[in-house]
Amino acid sequence: MSLESLGWQGLVVLVVFGISLLIATYCTYAERVIAAFLQDRVGPDRAGPWGLAQPLADAVKLFTKEEFFPSGANKALFIFGPCLAMITALMSSAVIPFGSFLKFGETVVHLQGIEINVGMLYVFGIVSLGVYGIMIGGWASNNKFSLLGAIRAASQSISYELAMGLSLIAVLMMSGSLSLRDITLQQSVPGEWHFWNIVKQPLGFLIFIVCAFAETNRTPFDLPECETELVGGYHTEYSSMKMGLYLFAEYVNVFVASAVMSVIYFGGFNFPFQYELREWLSASRGFSADAAQNVVAILGVVAVFAKIFSFIFFFMWVRWTLPRFRYDQLMRLGWTILIPLAIFNILLTGGLITAGVIPEIKQWW
Amino acid sequence: MSLFLFLAFVALLSALGVVLAKNPVHSVLFLILTFFTLSAHYLMLNAQFLAAVNIIVYAGAIMVLFLFVIMFLNLNEDTEPHKPALAKIAATIAGGSLLLIMVAALHKVQPTGYNADTFDSQVGMVDRLGLVLFKQYSLPFELASILLLAAMVGSVMLGKRETGERNF
Repeated sequence: MSLESLGWQGLVVLVVFGISLLIATYCTYAERVIAAFLQDRVGPDRAGPWGLAQPLADAVKLFTKEEFFPSGANKALFIFGPCLAMITALMSSAVIPFGSFLKFGETVVHLQGIEINVGMLYVFGIVSLGVYGIMIGGWASNNKFSLLGAIRAASQSISYELAMGLSLIAVLMMSGSLSLRDITLQQSVPGEWHFWNIVKQPLGFLIFIVCAFAETNRTPFDLPECETELVGGYHTEYSSMKMGLYLFAEYVNVFVASAVMSVIYFGGFNFPFQYELREWLSASRGFSADAAQNVVAILGVVAVFAKIFSFIFFFMWVRWTLPRFRYDQLMRLGWTILIPLAIFNILLTGGLITAGVIPEIKQWW
Repeated sequence: MSLFLFLAFVALLSALGVVLAKNPVHSVLFLILTFFTLSAHYLMLNAQFLAAVNIIVYAGAIMVLFLFVIMFLNLNEDTEPHKPALAKIAATIAGGSLLLIMVAALHKVQPTGYNADTFDSQVGMVDRLGLVLFKQYSLPFELASILLLAAMVGSVMLGKRETGERNF
């Protein structure tokens, strides 16, 4: 890789980082607006036009609140907890392909932080680390309710990781690659009808999205912070921006989970007739090959973000629609329903591949 | 080389931290850091799959369980049982002799060079690893996967509610 394209790639990493934070910020606003919409209220509309400056006002409020350390707390770990939650949340968006590539003469810029051939395992590994922020913060607070929240988070995340991993294995059996870019490109083959993975893996997607709700601690699985039982769960003792970091980390996690679902199951940056559009632009509109590719790539970025935003909306829609599970129901769902279903899904996928119903993927790029 | 030295330094320091930390939770966190440095070493050896799996299995799952148990038991300096002096002396002698044997066995080891023409840098990549596992070692691989599946089914069975059991 030349120094110039390395510089471009660094810029892409910075942009991805900024976008993750920006989306997390506006998720707080979106959550309140959507909650208001679903409950037939007005929602935040005072700060700026349509209340759009509300996240800024919230940030100012959080920064100016008193920093509080509970007595008997482990001070170092008490600070370390929210930082870790934020770091692990932000790390996973690095491997997600947000677009194909831009081409300026010789320079090719891939719209992805880093391309590694174990991208899916990387995301999975980082997601499994996300629980440490909650556990450490909850334990260091020296509070029974926080500790209960931390312990709930730990057992919940371990239980649902299993089903999540098993549902991904079925996708891997079809794709034959762990790279998220390969998985995206395989979902759309130029010149022929090709379906997104959701059509081939409906059961796997259902398992994955349930596990994604559990891994991001969103209602109906937000038992670690369940306010009716545990006051505030793991962040009971947190105030000021440390509290804010926990809240932000949750929204960054929602964003990343939505991005992963769009990429793995909903074709990522592919959209219908993209290759035809590129042909048409360069053949009858007088675009150069590079310009046509760039236009299609930018439309691809728009497509992937449209998919991500629909998933974020779905996360919020579910939150304000479904009541919370009881803890034993959560565990029973994970261990006795989702894991056997995921194993069945693997067997089913294997059978369909052997029978030739799911076609062999060819590496066309 | 400097990256290796830095990683090795952090690995040794955090491994020492595991043993020397007074608080068991700190020990667990140092152990997680150790696993991360080990994964970084795997990455430098171009074994990306091993690095990712090391993080997922050890740092992501097993250490969460460790932390879980330690938080539940609430271990700290006050509740730690004081071991008799004899046990401490015996442990020191045993550990010291292990160190002596290892140093004696390994101090003359020379790293063998590799042939740059025949060296295969892709050997740790996930597709190569898969080919080796499924072609050369397919029987042990399948047996291990059956063992793991049996363990998983067993845990589901244990967690399953029997008929007539109390619904707390």
